[in-house]
Amino acid sequence: MSFLEMLDVLNERLILEGDDPIAFDHDCREGICGMCGMVINGVAHGEQRATTTCQLHMRHFEDNATITIEPWRAAPFPVVKDLVVDRSAFDRIIQAGGFVSVPAGSAPDAHSIPVRKEDADAAFDAATCIGCGACVAACPNGSASLFTAAKITHLSLLPQGQPERLSRAKAMVDQMDAEGFGGCTNTGECTAVCPKGIPLDTIAQMNTDYLKANAK
Amino acid sequence: MKFTEGSEIRDTRAPEGPIEDRWEKRKFAAKLVNPANKRKLNVIVVGTGLAGGSAAATLGELGYNVKSFCYQDTPRRAHSIAAQGGINAAKNYRGDGDSIYRLFYDTVKGGDFRARESNVYRLAQVSVNIIDQAVAQGVPFAREYGGLLDTRSFGGAQVSRTFYARGQTGQQLLLGAYQALERQVAAGTVEMFTRHEMLDLIVADGRARGIIVRDMVTGEIERHTADAVVLASGGYGNVFFLSTNAKGCNTTAIWRAHERGAYFANPCYTQIHPTCIPVSGEYQSKLTLMSESLRNDGRVWVPLRKGDERAPGDIPDDERDYYLERIYPAFGNLVPRDIASRAAKNVCDEGRGVGPGGLGVYLDFRDAINRLGRDAVEKKYGNLFEMYERITGENPYDVPMRIYPAVHYTMGGLWVDYDLQSTIPGLFVIGEANFSDHGANRLGASALMQGLADGYFVLPTTLGDYLAAGPFGEVDEQAVAEAELKVRSKIDRLLAVNGTRTPDSFHRELGKLMWDYCGMERTEESLRKALDRIPELRKEFWENVKVSGTAEELNQVLEKAGRVADFFDLAELMCLDALVRSESCGGHFRAESQDSEGEALRDDESFAHVSAWEYSPDGEPVLHKEPLEYEYVKMTQRSYK
Repeated sequence: MSFLEMLDVLNERLILEGDDPIAFDHDCREGICGMCGMVINGVAHGEQRATTTCQLHMRHFEDNATITIEPWRAAPFPVVKDLVVDRSAFDRIIQAGGFVSVPAGSAPDAHSIPVRKEDADAAFDAATCIGCGACVAACPNGSASLFTAAKITHLSLLPQGQPERLSRAKAMVDQMDAEGFGGCTNTGECTAVCPKGIPLDTIAQMNTDYLKANAK
Repeated sequence: MKFTEGSEIRDTRAPEGPIEDRWEKRKFAAKLVNPANKRKLNVIVVGTGLAGGSAAATLGELGYNVKSFCYQDTPRRAHSIAAQGGINAAKNYRGDGDSIYRLFYDTVKGGDFRARESNVYRLAQVSVNIIDQAVAQGVPFAREYGGLLDTRSFGGAQVSRTFYARGQTGQQLLLGAYQALERQVAAGTVEMFTRHEMLDLIVADGRARGIIVRDMVTGEIERHTADAVVLASGGYGNVFFLSTNAKGCNTTAIWRAHERGAYFANPCYTQIHPTCIPVSGEYQSKLTLMSESLRNDGRVWVPLRKGDERAPGDIPDDERDYYLERIYPAFGNLVPRDIASRAAKNVCDEGRGVGPGGLGVYLDFRDAINRLGRDAVEKKYGNLFEMYERITGENPYDVPMRIYPAVHYTMGGLWVDYDLQSTIPGLFVIGEANFSDHGANRLGASALMQGLADGYFVLPTTLGDYLAAGPFGEVDEQAVAEAELKVRSKIDRLLAVNGTRTPDSFHRELGKLMWDYCGMERTEESLRKALDRIPELRKEFWENVKVSGTAEELNQVLEKAGRVADFFDLAELMCLDALVRSESCGGHFRAESQDSEGEALRDDESFAHVSAWEYSPDGEPVLHKEPLEYEYVKMTQRSYK
């Protein structure tokens, strides 16, 4: 039985007893959509590394153990109900510049710009972020640096991302600050709980691009 | 369930002439809207997966006023994100003989001659632009050391035309579309409504003019009007309760549009994927796919003897039945999806299945590990083995995997013409929500291709042609009020029952019934049983469902109840469609229609048509047939022996 199936069973019981079931976000239940997320026994997504909440299974818990479950806690993620939080701040950070401006139909042939395999692989590693928000929940400063840096790094490493590289970094970091996320002090809690293992050095890439943008 | 037969559908609006010129002709004939007028035209897009996300972004770029809706907390979560394998495109970058014509041919044949030639040809043409678009957006596809894109081969094709981003191609393509969409949100052309669920379609003066939605946080019922509505709300595989779809995937948007007059085409066409992790217990909430690539090195078997309870390692080779290799010596473990799925069901029906409940077969890597070494197997499949162990707690290096087929895609959907317009003017349907391009069976890596083809390239042209006659003025207040009232009374009804069973328990029972009677193998008898049982269960649902809480708050039980109510009605239509189509084709296997060797037997004389169902409030749907003609690809029977 998975962790979320345990919550399903609990909720079925609560409904029949006439109580309110516990509201929680979930969708794909295979670790890729990024919708689920809760702090389990004090750790975002639970103690198992590189795992989303939906990928946790009850066999990793002892019989009769008491499990503490909390929502993500960060001021920019207001609680909507029970374990459901509002992560729309992440969408606004992407709106600020997390894209390449290319209208449909205007693209050149895909092979017109070769990309070094090493760059493509590193870009992919950063691009696997699922936007769950565990990094923010785990950070003592409530920083969204890992999330923001993952997108900046993904696009910075590819030739397609170059024209908007510096303006993107500046706009996204400024938006992150405006949303009320804290600053990064290199504690590394974010990458420790990240279900996709986004590397901490993406934050260095973000800071480099941001400084260059401000120096201009 | 009774039905009547209505008039044939003769005109699909596909242009005449040589197939390679048709899309060019259609594009040129499409009326244009001047930029100043675009701002005055409002378009609603429901769903933000590959189809809906790319459509909303593109329409926004073109200058229309777009409202985009999704039930998740952000558009980036739509279930396209879970697609693993890749996306097909006729680029012929390998020089291995691929072409637009070959992709077209493979898709028509793979669909077992139940798709439209004109649509499929256009899909193959547009496929090459999708890869260009995605690369320009920064989608990190796999590359070779020379810096060019890598490709791999996939089921149903002899060329290497599948572009991929490790096992996360859907995720990377969706994030590309999502980022394009957010760019338009920032530009002010798209207004985004997350955690909103469409509950009805507004039809006024014969045109689709808006939707009624529920704000899933506050419970508020809202009206949104527009000049056109685009549904991109995905497939309905969750009618089976257990499927590889996300938990939230549902049929409500397309079903309620169907109730408003949009025909539903080929509802019985369901694709069942052979390699999923089997059900492990009664609390199972969804199924997980394991990549089909495992069948390249794994050998599928079950014990020769019924009820053999020995551990797999204790069963000697001469007491094992490698049944795919035995029945299909030419293709062995690599037969197509539908054939592998059915064979697994047959051995389990014989009582030779393995694991809890006897619903599983072994996928064994022992021989591959002995032949290639453990390291080589780990390099190829390490992440999949890890995923399997995470879910089952068993180590596939030591114990064979257990797999079983599961529902994961629906080829049926709302009927659309060549322009992707439904039978309601102004209602367009794209992606998995429509029925158009895959016939009775979809090839691997073609779902992503179709979603993006519709959203980036086809819809923006054809929708413009429709909107050129707009704006269509004020929406009739009575039509809006009537739709809103219908939504409110359905919610009130659900809350008023206050019975003793949860929506999930009904959904589970309906799903089991559909799986048993309308799943991998269908018979007249099983379908008639289902058609007797579904109305009984639906009646019990409306008399005994328990929905806690109120309508004016975040209420996940209420959301679920509304979706289950629609699944009942859809399930009934699926069974009827399956009953009427007494042939076997693609993913639809009628046991009565098989050849002497147990393979699917089509009946082209009687069934070379699309079955488009018109809703009727008196419970007797009307069947409209759209004849399918094959001018380019000759109809043949498939063989894999």
